[in-house]
Amino acid sequence: MTLDISAIRKEFPILKTSIGKYPLIYFDNGATAQKPQAVIDCINQYYQAENANIHRGVHHLSQLATEKYEAARGVIKSYINAAHDYEVIFTKGTTDGINLVAQSFGKLLQPGDEILISQMEHHSNIVPWQMIAEERGLQLRYIPINERGELDLTTIDELINNNTKIVAITHISNALGTINPIEEIIEKSHKVGAKVLIDAAQSLQHTTVDVQKIDCDFLVFSGHKIFGPTGVGILYGKEDVLNQMPPYQGGGDMIKTVTLEKTTYNNLPHKFEAGTPNIVGGIGLGKAIEWLSQFDLEAIAQYEQELLDYATEKLLKIEGLKIFGTSAKKCATISFLIDNTHPYDVGTLLNQQGIAVRTGHHCTQPIMDFYKIPGTIRASFSFYNTKEEIDLFIGALNKAVMMLK
Amino acid sequence: MTITEKEQGLIDSFSIYDDWMDKYEYIIELGKDLPLISEDQKTDENIIKGCQSTVWLAAEKREDKIIFTADADAIIAKGIIAILIEVMSNESPDTIINAKLDFLKEIGLQEHLSPTRSNGLVAMVKQMKMYALALKMK
Ligand SMILES: Cc1ncc(COP(=O)(O)O)c(C=O)c1O
Repeated sequence: MTLDISAIRKEFPILKTSIGKYPLIYFDNGATAQKPQAVIDCINQYYQAENANIHRGVHHLSQLATEKYEAARGVIKSYINAAHDYEVIFTKGTTDGINLVAQSFGKLLQPGDEILISQMEHHSNIVPWQMIAEERGLQLRYIPINERGELDLTTIDELINNNTKIVAITHISNALGTINPIEEIIEKSHKVGAKVLIDAAQSLQHTTVDVQKIDCDFLVFSGHKIFGPTGVGILYGKEDVLNQMPPYQGGGDMIKTVTLEKTTYNNLPHKFEAGTPNIVGGIGLGKAIEWLSQFDLEAIAQYEQELLDYATEKLLKIEGLKIFGTSAKKCATISFLIDNTHPYDVGTLLNQQGIAVRTGHHCTQPIMDFYKIPGTIRASFSFYNTKEEIDLFIGALNKAVMMLK
Repeated sequence: MTITEKEQGLIDSFSIYDDWMDKYEYIIELGKDLPLISEDQKTDENIIKGCQSTVWLAAEKREDKIIFTADADAIIAKGIIAILIEVMSNESPDTIINAKLDFLKEIGLQEHLSPTRSNGLVAMVKQMKMYALALKMK
């Protein structure tokens, strides 16, 4: 199936925006993706005609809202091919999901146990582990990266050892674009009995992930990066692991019975969903994934690869431009610097020309420390972007460089 | 020249340019005339907090006037601090402390700088006023 990009673009009202006299060129998809009309309509429809609290009322609207929310869970379950609906837990986002696992699974760990992350993790997949490690006397170790911005697996057999209890790794690096060999890492981890959490914040919008096939124990992602609303995300966890874990937060919905002395906890997934959730967020995320699923994901991946190759080739023609993250396996994200220019200057002048890129450390300071740079300019594409936009971007970039040199 | 006259001068200069790219070109140009801070004053204490790029600012009192010097590792930030220095330097502490800097709105700097950089602008002004306050006591 081929993609009709101009028809797809028409589904995103925000892409018609102008910035001054320039059309918006949105290359900050790694930070958040834009929303198609179908998702916007779904959110509107919910507040206009369906709003009620869920899991609580016998009345019509409450049942309708509950059904839609649970149907969304089903859509997500199918998209990642979880074995059961109740293995799909609604969270606030990737960060929230990682904190949940770190705090809850972390309580099962003993002093001296090891947690393994990598040098290319987003701060969201570093700090929660540092916090629990400090709290419980755990060892936090990391897989280093090489010059190309890939995981350096030469010492992996020592890093994953009998003390390793959990390995938390990003599938795709938000700062470098590198796609990591997660299946290999999962297999090695399981050999020593360690659990594996995959940070899929940057992956599910570009490629499909079958959680049963890759056999990860946890997978987390954010709704807003996959064309859904902000403030909602997913934690997938295997039933048996989730059942061993203590609740993360207490409150309504997560209980079976409460007396003033003792509470018994609800079953999955409710055990981990305390309080009124982001109902419209969950329903909107279900809609976003339904919307995305109408396309051939292979075709999307192939088209984004074309955008990546095209942009990379054009960028490298700019004198003094260096790309950080040069793995052969990359998603459509390019981090770069240009000799003798500051990324903020370049970002500001691109912004003046209607182009949205991100500048800075991208919440991955250890990567910046590795390359000894303060930050980069990052262009990250989605399948609604086009080669024409890349041409305009290159033109604007050349103009910026001319002004700055 | 009074501070108001200096502000008016900048408003006039900026009014020549319609296009924001041209205004930025001019900002970059102004950065080249920035009275540079000496290398030994480029210390961590002299870095203005709240800017995305690194901006150093120093101040000294000569007779009754405050003289500012600065530098930045990003060219646009350098231009912006140069504009502020053009207006604020060589003024009395009280004038600096009370300066409203309405010209920033008029030349459109405030709204046209990205939120983070606009915070940087606010941080620059705040730091200049802090220096004026501290040096007033001396
Ligand atoms: C790889 C990765 N992990 C985690 C996060 C955090 O996601 P959120 O801020 O939606 O919780 C991001 C978002 O930038 C990311 O790119």
